[in-house]
Amino acid sequence: MRTPPGVSVGRYQQALRQFTDAVGRDFVYTSDADVDLYRDAYSPFRGENEEIVASAAIAPDSVEQVQQVMRIANEHRIPIYPVSTGKNLGYGGSAPVLSGSVVLDLKRMNRILEVNERNASALVEPGVSYFDLYRHIRERGYRLWVDVPDPGWGGLIGNALDHGAGYTVLPMRDHFDGHCGMEVVLANGDIVRTGMGALPGATTWQQFHYGVGPYVDGLFSQANFGVVTKMGFWLYPEPEAHRCGSVYVPRHDDVHAFVDILCYLTNSGICDSTIQFDSPMITAAAKDAAVAAIVNRRGGAAPSDWDHIAAERGLMSWGTKFHFYGPQKVIDARWEYVRERFGVIPGVKFTEGSAHRFPLTREQVEQVDPADKVSLGIPNLQIFAFGARTQDNPSPTSGHLWFSPVVPMSGEGLLTARRVFHDAFAEWDVAPLGSGLPYSFHARTFLFLYGFQVTADPAVNRRNRATFRRMIQLAAEHGWGEYRTHPAFMEPVTDAYSFNNHALRRLHETLKDAIDPNGIISAGRYGIWPRHLRQRRT
Amino acid sequence: MRRAALTLPLLALAAASAPVAAGDAPATSAWSAFAPPAGATPGRTVFWNYCEACHGDGPGKPGTAALAAKYNGAKPALLEQRTDLTPDTVKTFVRNGVSIMPIFRKTELSDADLAQLADYLARR
Repeated sequence: MRTPPGVSVGRYQQALRQFTDAVGRDFVYTSDADVDLYRDAYSPFRGENEEIVASAAIAPDSVEQVQQVMRIANEHRIPIYPVSTGKNLGYGGSAPVLSGSVVLDLKRMNRILEVNERNASALVEPGVSYFDLYRHIRERGYRLWVDVPDPGWGGLIGNALDHGAGYTVLPMRDHFDGHCGMEVVLANGDIVRTGMGALPGATTWQQFHYGVGPYVDGLFSQANFGVVTKMGFWLYPEPEAHRCGSVYVPRHDDVHAFVDILCYLTNSGICDSTIQFDSPMITAAAKDAAVAAIVNRRGGAAPSDWDHIAAERGLMSWGTKFHFYGPQKVIDARWEYVRERFGVIPGVKFTEGSAHRFPLTREQVEQVDPADKVSLGIPNLQIFAFGARTQDNPSPTSGHLWFSPVVPMSGEGLLTARRVFHDAFAEWDVAPLGSGLPYSFHARTFLFLYGFQVTADPAVNRRNRATFRRMIQLAAEHGWGEYRTHPAFMEPVTDAYSFNNHALRRLHETLKDAIDPNGIISAGRYGIWPRHLRQRRT
Repeated sequence: MRRAALTLPLLALAAASAPVAAGDAPATSAWSAFAPPAGATPGRTVFWNYCEACHGDGPGKPGTAALAAKYNGAKPALLEQRTDLTPDTVKTFVRNGVSIMPIFRKTELSDADLAQLADYLARR
C-alpha cells in the first residue's frame, strides 16, 4: 500500500477507516490495481520513476460526504486532490500534483440539479459531463445550448475551473466567465456558497454573479483553496439560425489590417464565435518545399518572397472562418457587414459556409460535419482525438500536452510569436502538433497551441519535457505566459508570473495559509504549495 | 433514476410556473449525445453510453477511424462487428487504455458495467 508523504502508516490506516465509514467500502480505493486507474493516461513521465501517482482514491456521492472526508483529512493531515470527471487530458488527468495524495474523485456526484430555460442557466455537480447536460437538455426539449469544449466527456465544473473554453459565444464560451455561483467545501469541512448563494432563500444564485462584497470565485479556479461541489452556468438560448463564412486575404502584410478589423468585429460583438486563424500558405508548406523555404525561413519570412510565391501558387496568406448565431435576418446583416469591413483589403475573398436552422433533429445532428459540431454546441470527441491513428497518421501518439501561451491579438503579435516559436522549434529539432497559428477562445487575446507528443519512449518524453520548459522560458522572455498547463509544468509556468518578486505567488501563499492552514488540498496545484511543502519548489 | 435531494433552498423556492426542472439527474453519466436505442440489451446500452462516441459507426468517431487504419480491412473497424474479442481483452483495454484512449476508472465504468460490456463485445 502506498502512503502519502509525511503521514505515518498507522495514521493513514486510521484515516482510511474513517473515509470508509464516510463513503462506504466500495468507494475507497487502496489496492494498486484500483489506484493505478487514477494515473494520468497522458503523463509525460510514463514509465519513469518521476511519474506522479496517488496513494488512494475516495469517491463520495454527496456534498455531505465531501464535508466528512475533508474533516477527516484535515484531522490527519492527509493530502487530498479533488478531480471532477478526471478528463482534463492534455492538461492533466486524474493524477495529483503531489505524489502520494489521495484523489477525491467527484465523478459520482453527477446530478443536474436545475435547468432554468427562462434564465438560460443550469446548476450542476462536478461529475456532470458536457454529454450529460446536452442529452438532458435535448431529452426535455429545452431550447438551450451548452457551449462545449473539444472533449465532450469533460466536466463542466472541472473545465471551467481550469479556464477551459469552447466555440460559440461569449461569455458562455469562456467557461469560467460563463459560470454564476459556486458551492465550495473548505479544508475544515465548512461549506460556502458564493454570489447570491450566500443569501438564504435567494432565488437568483444563477442570475447575478457577485452577490455583495469581494468576488471570491476566482480563488477556486486553477487553485487549491476548496473543493467545488456545485456550480451554476449560463447557457445560450437556442438561436434561430446559424451560418458561417470565411474571409481570406492575399498578401503577407495584410495580416495587420486583417487582425485590426478582426479585433474591432470581435470586441464589438459583431463576430462572436471562436477564431481559428488559418493560412493556406503555411498549410501548403507541409507539402511544397519551395513554399516551406519561404514561410519557414529562420528570422521570419520576407514579405516580398512570400507574396511572390503566394501569387504564383494561387494561395491566400491569412484567413479565418466566422460563425454567426441568432435570428436569420440579424446574422445575414452581420455577415454582410463583416464582408464590408474586410472588403477594404485588396484581393480579399469570401466563402460561404454551412448554414442551419434550429432545432436540429437527431438525424440532422448526426449529419453535421464532425469538425463543426463543437461550433453548434454538440459534444463529441473528434477534435480532441488529436494524434490518434488515422489513414494519414499511421503512428499514433500515447497522448499529448499543450503548450499554450497567450500573445497579443495583433498582426505584429501573431507574426512575432510565430517567428519566435517556429525558430525555436526548428533550432531544437522538435516538430510540435498543431497548426502553429493562433486561436481566440477568450476575449481580446490570441492563444497559440503547440502540442507535445507523449510516447511510449521515455527518452522522447524527456526531450519533449525539456523543450516544453525551454518554450516556457522563451515565451516569458517575450512577455508571454501560459493560460493553463499540465501539472508537470505548473511550477515553471507560474514561476514566470514573477512581477515584484513574485508578489502574486506570495499573496496566494498568504491566502493558502489562512484558508487551508494544514495544506491538505491539491498541494502544488498551479505553484501554490502549503507552508510545510514550500521547500519542494525548485 | 437518481434524484437530488430536494431540501436545498434554491430548489424549494423555485416558482412552480417557472420553466425550471429541478432535481433531474441523468440515470447514468454517459458519453453519448443521445440515449441508447430502445430495447438495447444491457451490454449494448453500456457500449452506447460509454464507447459509441469514439467507437460508433459513421464519421467523427476517432476510435473507429483508428481501427480502420490499423487493420486496413483485415478486421472490422467497428468493435461491435468483431468476432475475435474476449471479455478479458475488452477489460484490459478499458482499464489500461491504448494510444490516446485513456484509462477508465471504476467511478466512470463500474466493474459490473464493464462485465456486461465485455460479454457484449465478445458475444460473437
